[in-house]
Amino acid sequence: MTDAALSPLAPLAVAETLESPARRALRRLIRRKGAVLGLAVIALFILLAVFAPLIVPYDPVATSWSLVRKAPSLQHWFGTDELGRDVLARVVFGARASLLAGVISVGIALAIGVPLGLVAGYRGGFIDALISRITDAMLACPFLILAIALAAFLGPSLSNAMIAIGVSATPIFIRLTRGQVMGVKVEDYVEAARAMGNPRWRIALVHILPNILPALLVQATLSIAAAIIAEAALSFLGLGQQPPSPSWGSMLNAAQRFLTSAPWMAIWPGFAIFLVVLSFNLVGDGLRDALDPKAR
Amino acid sequence: MLNFLAKRLVQLVPTLFFVSLLIFSLQHLLPGDPALVMAGEERDPAVIEQIRQQYHLDQPIPVQYAYWVKGVLTGDLGESLRNKMPVSSLIAQKLPVTMQIAGMAIVVAFLIGIPAGIISAVKTGTAWDYGANLFALWGISTPNFWLGIMLIFLFSVELGWLPASGYVPLSENWRASLAASVMPAFVLGNAIAAILMRHTRSAMLQVLESDYVRTARAKGLSERTVILKHAMRNALTPIITLGALELGTLLSGAVLTEQIFSIPGFGKLIVDAVFNRDYAVVQGVVLTTATIYITLNLIADIAYILVNPRLRG
Repeated sequence: MTDAALSPLAPLAVAETLESPARRALRRLIRRKGAVLGLAVIALFILLAVFAPLIVPYDPVATSWSLVRKAPSLQHWFGTDELGRDVLARVVFGARASLLAGVISVGIALAIGVPLGLVAGYRGGFIDALISRITDAMLACPFLILAIALAAFLGPSLSNAMIAIGVSATPIFIRLTRGQVMGVKVEDYVEAARAMGNPRWRIALVHILPNILPALLVQATLSIAAAIIAEAALSFLGLGQQPPSPSWGSMLNAAQRFLTSAPWMAIWPGFAIFLVVLSFNLVGDGLRDALDPKAR
Repeated sequence: MLNFLAKRLVQLVPTLFFVSLLIFSLQHLLPGDPALVMAGEERDPAVIEQIRQQYHLDQPIPVQYAYWVKGVLTGDLGESLRNKMPVSSLIAQKLPVTMQIAGMAIVVAFLIGIPAGIISAVKTGTAWDYGANLFALWGISTPNFWLGIMLIFLFSVELGWLPASGYVPLSENWRASLAASVMPAFVLGNAIAAILMRHTRSAMLQVLESDYVRTARAKGLSERTVILKHAMRNALTPIITLGALELGTLLSGAVLTEQIFSIPGFGKLIVDAVFNRDYAVVQGVVLTTATIYITLNLIADIAYILVNPRLRG
């Protein structure tokens, strides 16, 4: 029996090797304070978005001429805007548009990008060359400029903004999936699955996809942060959520005109974007460290 | 080297073909008849018919594409519906404005990002490292349009130190030009500084653990010489090419920054075109951006090989 086996740390090491990869990643993630803080803030914003009508006593679209641009007070913690609407109510309800846009647009990018990346990486040859060149062409157009152009041609609305952001983010997922698949498909277990006569689709879905999920999860988390900024940018330009529905981007657009008389209109929606984006970036960074095989 | 260049140029052909296809097909995303959309308020059938003929909309789509590509290859990107000016002239007029701001932003990004990355790697695990990492996280998480608004509030509204908006060409009055450009350049450069900091840190950490740095230390060289002469030179090569590739981020950022600071540049051109439904301008701007990006990508690849002798075949 070796010294290592006799050491008191040995049972712990055995327990760690018996742990499932997902559980181990979760344990590592929880150890990272930044990631936990990020998760807590995201959870808080999700709760705010879901229970918005129960949390804020004001209607986010109700205007009041007697309350135009009132400074923060006990009645209106974040003050009121140029139409007398409560800024806190609009920030809380605005979380709906931002979170929805972040998740749905990344969902669209995943739904298109992952299958195309799988096919390109696994099949290779002409299909790979074709998909890769289309990806290169899309990546040549800067993300936000492509999203603005798409949103402009599709027409201004929150759903079109989500489609535009999702399509613009797709090439990143195609490239990532393709690269990961090319690394995994030469592994022995994939060769074994092929030798056993499994059809291609089964090898791709059952043997390759689960092994590239960690990289996709990290990228998806970081892309949600980018998509939330992109939605706010499109709404700021008037191409996303349309008035009077609240959105952090459109609130900032209105606030810009009243910077001298009502600066509180600009502070809170911007701070909300910053906080949510920072939280997704913290979780993304934490996930990357937790899922990194080199760190084991 | 020549082989590599030839291979890269051949690869560009299909990429440029798909870029052109992507931008051309944008027009066909318009709901309904593009001629009616382009006519705007105008409902005279003769005018609509004229638009249809002018833009070859009465022809099959492959023919329309061929006409469009022919125009692009001869420098004809169409005509702005609003200004009645050639799109290429509009772009030539606005691009230098954005380039000035983008150039200053790159300087800001390098001045902040690279020293922060080096300090963070050299003093890893210290308060300097945590501070630099916090700065990077702040940089990539702050929406640049909010940062711009907050800077205007602080430096223009509250302190009255800098003009809130506008643009003065460098050739006209360099002091006024710098005063007007410093906030937009910081807003644009801030996010890139954060990205550069992260890359510099990880490249430096990798280099500092390498054998030749250990050898340099073993020779008894001072830590300053080891870092500045041995480590930094090798770590910064990929970072400089990365900086060139961040132009895409700069051009995306310029759209919002120019809107906030009322700078009559390339970014404002696309936003104004979107609201005036000036689709030829939108297509022209996207095409120009993609061409610049592809060209810079190629230059960065060549530069990388030129400065890295090991990659020369």
